Amino acid sequence: MGSFVYSILGDPFVQMWQMPDFFIQVIWEGFVSGVLYALIALGFVLIFKASGIFNFAQGIMVVFSGLTLVGLHALGVPAFIALFTTLGVMYALAFGVERLVLRNLVNQPDIILFMATIGLTNILIGGGQWIFGSETKSMITTELLIPTGSSVWEPNGGLVIFQHIDIAAAIIAALLIVSLALFFSKTKIGRALRAVADDHQASLSVGISLNQIWVITWFAAGIVALVAGIMWGARSDVSFSLQIIALKALPVLVLGGFTSVPGAIVGGLIIGIGEKLFEIYWGPLLGSGVEGWFAYVIALVFLVFRPQGLFGEKIIERV
Amino acid sequence: MFFREAGQFKTSYNEYLQAFPLREDRIGIAIWIALAVFYVPFFGLPGLEYTFAMNAIMIPVAIFTITALGLNILVGFTGQISLGTGAFMGVGAYACYKLTTYFPDVNIIIIILASGFVSAAVGALFGLPSLRIKGFYLIVATLAAQFFLEWCFIRVEWLYNYNPSGAIEVPQREVFGIIVTGAAASPATRYLVVLGILIFLTIIAGNLVRGRVGRSWMMIRDMDIAAELIGVRPLRAKLSAFAVSSYYCGVSGALMVFLWLGAAEVESFDVNHSFLYLFMVIFGGLGSITGSYMGAAFIWTFPILLKELGKRVFDIDSIVMENVSLVAIGVLIVFILIKEPHGLARLWQLGKQKLRIWPFAH
Repeated sequence: MGSFVYSILGDPFVQMWQMPDFFIQVIWEGFVSGVLYALIALGFVLIFKASGIFNFAQGIMVVFSGLTLVGLHALGVPAFIALFTTLGVMYALAFGVERLVLRNLVNQPDIILFMATIGLTNILIGGGQWIFGSETKSMITTELLIPTGSSVWEPNGGLVIFQHIDIAAAIIAALLIVSLALFFSKTKIGRALRAVADDHQASLSVGISLNQIWVITWFAAGIVALVAGIMWGARSDVSFSLQIIALKALPVLVLGGFTSVPGAIVGGLIIGIGEKLFEIYWGPLLGSGVEGWFAYVIALVFLVFRPQGLFGEKIIERV
Repeated sequence: MFFREAGQFKTSYNEYLQAFPLREDRIGIAIWIALAVFYVPFFGLPGLEYTFAMNAIMIPVAIFTITALGLNILVGFTGQISLGTGAFMGVGAYACYKLTTYFPDVNIIIIILASGFVSAAVGALFGLPSLRIKGFYLIVATLAAQFFLEWCFIRVEWLYNYNPSGAIEVPQREVFGIIVTGAAASPATRYLVVLGILIFLTIIAGNLVRGRVGRSWMMIRDMDIAAELIGVRPLRAKLSAFAVSSYYCGVSGALMVFLWLGAAEVESFDVNHSFLYLFMVIFGGLGSITGSYMGAAFIWTFPILLKELGKRVFDIDSIVMENVSLVAIGVLIVFILIKEPHGLARLWQLGKQKLRIWPFAH
């Protein structure tokens, strides 16, 4: 019994202390996957804030945008033209979703809208596989001028490897978040977006077009999805198995709060680092593969104590 | 014209309270049951080969109808969205496997029905967070159940008797001298067993939903705070909904493995299947028993028929047709949500209403 308690409470920390280079490596890996979780969660938050829709299709939009980019390049389109064409496709998607789905479902209960986005998920999966084929593809990393080498850091004789892709991913994600924040706070459209997030009817009454705002938010979510798709594709491959990993954005949202952009980022990092640490140091006790559910269980425990998330607004209910 | 209650007088309270007060409804149901019991097991479905009709359509549809009934109790009647259905079915299947390993001589039908209780207990456990959280947050809780249980099905080797392949293989079991499970069981036997359990569970679900328990579920769904204020206990209502729903899912999972697949691995219970079951419930109609039947039948047979159609008429590759059917189901879901958020069940009801007043418009 004593050795069991030691293997939970003692041994992992001793390992961390004895091999600090490995510990740093684990933290770094967790940090990078956390950035990617945060990007997906960010797409969710944008749409949820602007329209109150829980967009289940966000994960699949990541895959779809990555697939479109790779697929276009495979057809012979130069990489950067393919990138801008993909942006065009994401805009068309945002426009189509608003025109064909959202506009017809205004004023329906939340659950109906949520289910409509599940339908949308099916359309995107089927359509993506239909057009581009279902086999796994590799991301056009070098064509997009993303560095692929790695740097080695040797603190006190240890060894920590930083992949340049991961560093690029973290920097691009940070740039994206900063530019989104500037867009929200400094531009006219950004102000309109915040107004809509605050109160639909009041913003309608001062002349903000809800339909236009929805297209813009879905497009913004599409851009975030594209960036996440490129980064994720560069680290592993572009395939539809990503959608299961993309579901991890849900516990991130729970941790950070559904309406908070900083929450999505902090939540993503906590989940990313936490699950890597748990997998490496505590996972062997349970048999491997705990990464699959650890995030959800953390979110579940968290929900019981703080249902609105770290940064979410307090949930007030009236009869 | 075809449907008319004129002249059907109720002379006692019991007659008012019966499940199908209209004579035409009773005749219709009797015809459906007669067809399902006396025609299908012997002749299959018209236009389709017999074993294909039984193994690919009738048996899975009957099993998934049980799943849809269970999920509908949770999502449609109690308003708690769940994406853990696949895993709860898995709990039922693995429980059934373990029980029949320990008690090989007990009637397998009893074991299947008993394994549902294991699933019900697990479901109620994972339903506990629903007391604190609701709506979209609950999706995360049920996803936690889904992924945690999936992991258990792989890692806990005791569950599949340390079988090196990691799969559960169904042993042969007999009931009153008739082979019910295993490779030697005939499709007709398996179909009739599934159908019997389906009818039994439908009657129970129909009465639960009409009664006090069902009403407390619906009150929780419509507005939980108001329900609490007028004396519905959320703890009891929500957990009973989770338990009953998981019981149905567990039984259907056990049936799925023992009477349909014959062997199963964790892939049969993954999150994609949970989505499939949710589609069945949405499409058939949230909060409707008839809807569960229609949704399960439609969502299951539509891709199969589409694939057959593509192969026979247009000569299209089956992989392409699979993607086409994915898109088609997605489009249909969005379409039906826009046109009729209450699903096929409401369309059926509207059709009946039209028949009732035909040839007049109102």
